[in-house]
Amino acid sequence: MATNETLIGAGFSDPVFQSQTAFRALLAALSEPGQVCELAIAVEPPAGLARATALALLTLADYETPIWLPASLRDGPAGAWLRFHCGATLVEDPARAAFAVIDGASPEPKLAAFNPGDDQFPDRSTTVIVQCAALAGGETMTLEGPGIAGSCAIAPSGLRPGFWDEVAANGALYPCGVDLILSHGAHLIGLPRSTQIQETR
Amino acid sequence: MNTHLNVGEDTKPAYNYAYLDEQTKRMIRRALLKAVAIPGYQVPFGSREMPLARGWGTGGIQVTAAIIGPEDRLKVIDQGADDTTNAVSIRRFFERTADARTTEATDEATIIQTRHRIPEAPLKAGQIMVYQVPQPEPLRKLEPHEAETRKMHAWGEYGLMQVKLYENIARFGEVTTTYDYPVMVNGRYVMAPSPIPKFDNPKMQMSPALQLFGAGREKRIYAVPPHTSVRSLDFEDHPFRIQSWEQPCGLCGAADSYLDEVVIDDQGGRMFVCSDSHHCETRRAEGHRGAMLADASALHLVEDEAKS
Amino acid sequence: MYVAVKGGEAAILATHDLVAEARRGDESVPELAVAQIREQMGLACGRVMNEGSLYDPDLAALALKQSQGDAIEAAFLMRAYRTTLPRFGSSEPLDTAKMAIRRRVSATYKDLPGGQVLGPTYDYTHRLFDFSLMGEATPGEAQARPATHPLDASMPRVPDILGAEGLMEEEAPPEGDPRPFDLTREPVSFPAERDVRLQAMARGDEGFLLGLGYSVQRGFGNSHPFVGEVRVGEVSVEFTPEELGFAVDLGEITLTECQMVNQFAGSKDVPPQFTRGYGLSFGHSERKAMSMSLVDRALKAREFGEAATYPAQQDEFVLYHSDNVEAAGFVEHLKLPHYVDFQGELELIRRIRRERQERQDKLADQAGEALPEAAE
Repeated sequence: MATNETLIGAGFSDPVFQSQTAFRALLAALSEPGQVCELAIAVEPPAGLARATALALLTLADYETPIWLPASLRDGPAGAWLRFHCGATLVEDPARAAFAVIDGASPEPKLAAFNPGDDQFPDRSTTVIVQCAALAGGETMTLEGPGIAGSCAIAPSGLRPGFWDEVAANGALYPCGVDLILSHGAHLIGLPRSTQIQETR
Repeated sequence: MNTHLNVGEDTKPAYNYAYLDEQTKRMIRRALLKAVAIPGYQVPFGSREMPLARGWGTGGIQVTAAIIGPEDRLKVIDQGADDTTNAVSIRRFFERTADARTTEATDEATIIQTRHRIPEAPLKAGQIMVYQVPQPEPLRKLEPHEAETRKMHAWGEYGLMQVKLYENIARFGEVTTTYDYPVMVNGRYVMAPSPIPKFDNPKMQMSPALQLFGAGREKRIYAVPPHTSVRSLDFEDHPFRIQSWEQPCGLCGAADSYLDEVVIDDQGGRMFVCSDSHHCETRRAEGHRGAMLADASALHLVEDEAKS
Repeated sequence: MYVAVKGGEAAILATHDLVAEARRGDESVPELAVAQIREQMGLACGRVMNEGSLYDPDLAALALKQSQGDAIEAAFLMRAYRTTLPRFGSSEPLDTAKMAIRRRVSATYKDLPGGQVLGPTYDYTHRLFDFSLMGEATPGEAQARPATHPLDASMPRVPDILGAEGLMEEEAPPEGDPRPFDLTREPVSFPAERDVRLQAMARGDEGFLLGLGYSVQRGFGNSHPFVGEVRVGEVSVEFTPEELGFAVDLGEITLTECQMVNQFAGSKDVPPQFTRGYGLSFGHSERKAMSMSLVDRALKAREFGEAATYPAQQDEFVLYHSDNVEAAGFVEHLKLPHYVDFQGELELIRRIRRERQERQDKLADQAGEALPEAAE
């Protein structure tokens, strides 16, 4: 155990209250899409995971929720960190994942590779955390839908070409579809399947 | 093996913050996030056996336990009032298990757990309503089988509901559902708003607050995010209508709040008072006086702050 | 009056004191010890352990004491405690063939290996009051004489005997022998698999299952049951800790197992054979295990392609309504105030009546005006 602790960085120092704080930020993010939410909790993420990504998984994942990671992360410190702290199984098949972490710039896997749920149980879909180069400075997208008063704009950057078309195609599956969390550093933006995307130039 | 026999002398250290263990909270939190992503859809969850009876708010209690933190201020109401017995019991549960800071003031609360009412004071952004739900399935009275109602939701097949409402109109000239009046959420799912009077339905439409629903016995969680369309089902020739009273609140004179009827003698005497006790008290403190306040005060039924 | 809904907190605390007083009863009568309930009310403890889903005779006795003998309230206490217990893992499957038998009867064979063992049963008592129990017993009076022969070492289960002949429906674990569903942790969906159904019935209300089992037998369910075997006795529970890799004996529990043998006409692919209804319960609880096995067989209707016409054959009906803690909660919640909703109903019914009266009055007025004209 002691060797694990030294090789693998610490998780929550106060699991009950830190996970509660992180969850409320996640709840706010997904119930008010487009709002940039901060996860201000001092946990050092493993290499390859943004702090917001690591905190979201620490808060939500456990032995009941298989996680998909890119192979480079799965076999590295990030995989070991999640196995140790969440007790989660790391799966190779994206369609089996309850949670997934992807690099927004990487061409694969496509959002369509993950589980969109089915029409009787749309809640069984994957929640995909998309790690971005930044949550501002990119192409401006206008969002509408539940949780948004009128409309709002976001401009995350470092996303692969065609990413927004994938998001739109995912939205067309509603009420099925994956839910997205865009993350960078200690910040995240919720983008549930119910949000409609409009490109504005 | 017998260490549990000591439990009871000091039960507190044995329980986690807010009673539920962390794994259970994670499971409920995951269900809540999916519920928020699919407004009005009922997410099945592994509802736990609670130390309070099923049907007495265990769904709402589990939702509150999964979201509450030391920063929160909790308000608990039943029938609109903070001091009805079940509201008192649930508030005590969170005071004991989560050292919760509680309040009766609607505008101070960050979490409002409710049974059967939405407060009269408008809700604000950042507030979370937690509804206790006895029957989450709006179609259940029309179709008892879960396997069937699940398909009806999957296909958005709500013809049966329309037929039932229209039969009502044909027979009585109007829809005779007065509470738990079905709503259409985000144009996709028909949802049970919980047994609030239909008077409260319009408060759900585009509310700035987040609305969470927990049905413990039926093991379902659902949600309405802020700024989401919540339309009460109706017909063009028979638009949705809410209750109205011929007289204002006898204590505070409010003419626009939901009223409870109090039988005051055995000669047919009635008094109508606000069901939202905090709303009524606030108005009285502001100097509003209803026609029967002096009588009620003289009989020590309420404290008349203007007098004392 | 308006004041009646105020002061909830003080009123609630007072109910706790009143319950404590009612529970104790007349203080000139000695207080019951938990051990007395455990030893002398064992069948009641068994029921509470079953419906509370927790094997702990001491806690069951405490629950009965605390609830004044209300079995459902006692089961509720057990469950609310159980839900907070940490899970270390799952035991190895129990082997009831290795049960230390206290009672074992079969209705399908006159004699069989191991024989009929009557054991402690009320079956042949005449239900006449034993007024000597009103007084204090003399120690040693309740001792049974030891049997003249020891029991046979081997007590094969009757369905296994039929199975050896190929006459019994085979029951193999599902592919990969997955861990059974845990309905106290996960939401059930329908149609429910057998592990879920058996689990729900094991914790289901004895009276409800008895009624359903009876309905199957009387004709609301196409069933021709025989008691293949009922056995009661002690079975050891083994657990394999991850770090040890071999099974450790955790102790013994008392179980009742019932295997009901039913006819099945067979189908295109399966020759005629017997089918099985299974019941397993904590403690000595034959009525429960037998009822469960009748309903288990009835719930297999879907698997055997039989019409599921009757309540006992419908998994959703049985599973949702057999849980007495849930049922009691929802039925009893009707005691809670509902005056907000009732006010809505009052407003509606008064208005509909008023509008109806107005219409009738208007019609009467019109008729009254029309009459003189007609007379002219």
